[in-house]
Amino acid sequence: MIAIIDYGAGNIFSVKNALDYLGFENKLTDKREDIVKADSIILPGVGAFPWAMNMLKLSGLIDTIKYEAKQKPFLGICLGMQLLFEKSYEFEECNGLSLIGGYVDKMNEQGLVIPHMGWNKLEYNRNCPLFEGLGDEEYVYFVHSYKAFLDDKDLYAYSSYGSKVPAVVSDGKYVYGCQFHPEKSGETGLRILKNFASLSR
Amino acid sequence: MLAKRIIPCLDVRDGKVVKGVNFEGIKEVGDPVECAYEYNLQGADEIVFYDITASHEGRGVMLDVVRETAKKVFVPLTVGGGIKTVDDIRDTLRAGADKVSVNSQAVQNPQLIKDGADIFGSQCICVGVDAKAIGENKWTVFINGGRIDMRLDLIDWVKKCEQLGAGEICLNSIDTDGVRGGFDIPMLKAVVDAVKIPVIASGGAGRLGDFADAFIKTDCSAALAASLFHFKELTVSQVKDDCRAKGIIVR
Repeated sequence: MIAIIDYGAGNIFSVKNALDYLGFENKLTDKREDIVKADSIILPGVGAFPWAMNMLKLSGLIDTIKYEAKQKPFLGICLGMQLLFEKSYEFEECNGLSLIGGYVDKMNEQGLVIPHMGWNKLEYNRNCPLFEGLGDEEYVYFVHSYKAFLDDKDLYAYSSYGSKVPAVVSDGKYVYGCQFHPEKSGETGLRILKNFASLSR
Repeated sequence: MLAKRIIPCLDVRDGKVVKGVNFEGIKEVGDPVECAYEYNLQGADEIVFYDITASHEGRGVMLDVVRETAKKVFVPLTVGGGIKTVDDIRDTLRAGADKVSVNSQAVQNPQLIKDGADIFGSQCICVGVDAKAIGENKWTVFINGGRIDMRLDLIDWVKKCEQLGAGEICLNSIDTDGVRGGFDIPMLKAVVDAVKIPVIASGGAGRLGDFADAFIKTDCSAALAASLFHFKELTVSQVKDDCRAKGIIVR
């Protein structure tokens, strides 16, 4: 079973819909037991970083998430990916989950529209099990105004929008993050979700 | 670099896809969930449901359509038509839409754009604009499906939408809508030049080359069509192949 962490962030149903469609057993949950029992975990998220961290704190799940992300496959999506880092400067300086080194800050691309919204091409930086079966011309759907700043070793794919926008990040073990929405990225996104759901401990 | 988007639009009334010409002569053409699924297979980058239902019951039917579509279509969904309040926006997003498109209601109550953007984020507020030429390089905004001239200058209005927090503009030309002679390039160009947010071209696509034409002649981000795709005269993939052949980046 895949636990989709429900901490009040919007649009988690589309992640559930995609996993249902792919035939992977899953559960929207805010319960520690489910997260501990799950084979893998997805942390979705839409909204602002400090608000989301606060909601996670209120849910009492932060220690569980930090521990379980080292035991089994863990995928953060969009804001859920940004929460994996040490810090964010969205509105105010705020600590994240520190599962991957780096921070999150406002995109500042000269002359380009922010939010970075739409379909952009995945440029691969490093091999990753999430890319199994993907070709060279894969587009994924982004909607965000902040981006991650991280070590190249943790960057697995990016898209170009003025500069490099981290698209897929990982700690090289169990923790993965996608800045785009795989659940809204057509066949490419479904393939990435399927690859993640097929990972085992 | 972002790919240019090709967006099929489904006009829905009481849970059925319908299509009229020049806002009149409506005929039913199918089940919206099935149509959306078909467009998804063709490579649609986004799907728009435009609710032309007047009744309150019809709105509930529309939300069911969105809910069912979201279970099998995994590209962004936009819902427009009849969205009057922040609660309407919330209900629509909760049903599984990624964006809402506000049109007449936003002209009558611009605060709806600001409230929607503040609460749900600019990215989910698209402002649909119906406009018509009243002179050379001068257009005014119409509401209620092109029936009422608000005597509001198009360029002033789209700038105001951007200021209020709109995430994008879906620009429909009443002059070219249903005529199938191509998008309204002068109007489109004027709006794209006036705002920084993405502009979707709407109204007038009739031939394969019309889409690439809009992307070549203006900096619009997306092009939308309804009848052309409904009546299977063209598929989304044919349009994309044509764009690709002309050097336009598409997914």
